[in-house]
Amino acid sequence: MEKQSDKHKFEFYGEGLPEVDPGELHGRLIVIEGTDGVGRSTQVSMLKPWLESNGHAVLDTGMTRSALAGKGIKQAKEGHTLGPIALTLFYATDFADRLENQMIPALRAGFIVLTDRYIYSLIARAIVRGADPDWIKSVYGLALKPDAIFYLRAEVADLIPRVLRQPAGFDYWESGMDIHMGEDRFDSFVRYQTRMIGVFDSMVQQYGFSVIDASHSIDWIFTNLQRRVGRLLREPH
Amino acid sequence: MQMYGEHSFPGKLFIVEGIDGSGKSTQLSLLQQWLKREGYMVFFSEWNSSPLVKETTSRGKKKRMLTPSTFSLIHATDLADRIERHIIPPLKAGAIVLADRYVCTAFARDVVRGVSPSWVRDLYRFAIKPAISFYFRVPLDISLKRILGARAGLKYYEAGLDVRLSEDIEESFKIFQGMIRDRYEEMVDEFGLTVIDATRSIEAQQDEVRAIVERQLFDVPKRPSYDEDMEED
Repeated sequence: MEKQSDKHKFEFYGEGLPEVDPGELHGRLIVIEGTDGVGRSTQVSMLKPWLESNGHAVLDTGMTRSALAGKGIKQAKEGHTLGPIALTLFYATDFADRLENQMIPALRAGFIVLTDRYIYSLIARAIVRGADPDWIKSVYGLALKPDAIFYLRAEVADLIPRVLRQPAGFDYWESGMDIHMGEDRFDSFVRYQTRMIGVFDSMVQQYGFSVIDASHSIDWIFTNLQRRVGRLLREPH
Repeated sequence: MQMYGEHSFPGKLFIVEGIDGSGKSTQLSLLQQWLKREGYMVFFSEWNSSPLVKETTSRGKKKRMLTPSTFSLIHATDLADRIERHIIPPLKAGAIVLADRYVCTAFARDVVRGVSPSWVRDLYRFAIKPAISFYFRVPLDISLKRILGARAGLKYYEAGLDVRLSEDIEESFKIFQGMIRDRYEEMVDEFGLTVIDATRSIEAQQDEVRAIVERQLFDVPKRPSYDEDMEED
């Protein structure tokens, strides 16, 4: 199996997946992370065509997009029918299905995998809901360590005007209403997102996030991301 | 989100484990009849997951989409749902909760599929600890005779065809069951399983099960227990 001379090597956070040899993976795994409303999906939708126009094959993925569990999670969230542990594990099922059936095959084929959120959002959402951090981190020991994690960081004050621009306003889940963090959606949103940002901030060092100030304009963030992604792709592969 | 582990609820959880055809479900339902007759509040936690999780699991199985990891995770989701909805609330009310299969089923099955033993044990740390876990020990040839004689057709994952032990479905099922049985045997000490010799008569096994359960019932209430203040809400 010594066919390529890549210096680049993937590793798992924990024990990884049965039957997957990270040495066979040649692509790049790039993560865009951040709390709700920081503009992750906008950036992913701009990065993808830019990378493709530069000759890279790109697979983009994001939460609840698995063939296996995506639909079930969406229904569970609409009906509020699952308990917090079950929903946390349902998300983990969705993640594992996408990892094994989308991301890993793409990396094996040399694609750039661009993912809108990764395990960090899922870990943060579980921790804010009272999960034991060691437990949830161990569950995600099956995840690959990405090549880069861009954390779009914004303060709650930056998020609120963006929420107000959406017709639906403050979303039930984005406001953490399931854990009763406030009297109404606004109070709850502020407390919930503040806690989420706190957990994300605590992960910066631990997981080596590249922090990008998401209070800037879409174009400013995109230029910043282009520069950083460009640098990453020029590194010996 | 609580990680339950050791609990201090007034009710008690009893579970049965063992390979297919060990007779554990029969024993559990006989135990349920007796506990009811004795006047206890009994809740039988059938494996009827919420439709959402069930739909995902069935689709994954039907379309053979499940890998060892997702097989493990969707069943953990299912047990979490069952614990949060059907086990914790009755235990809080002071009921005796009976469950057919629990974490050891996952530890045995998933590890045979290639999942790491320590990862899957960590995964289930949310699960509440039962008062007693019965393990119905049966030689493979007896359980296979019971199962293969009685059922119409084995299913893909049930027979462990995904593990590629044999092309022949019945042969695969036999090898798979044998491997699961080995994992169960290893867990007897690890989890302090109460072993019942499932080659004996149904009546003899039930007598033993009842005697063991009876010793746990001294502090189990026959009337619901709850905080009076909650009534006002």
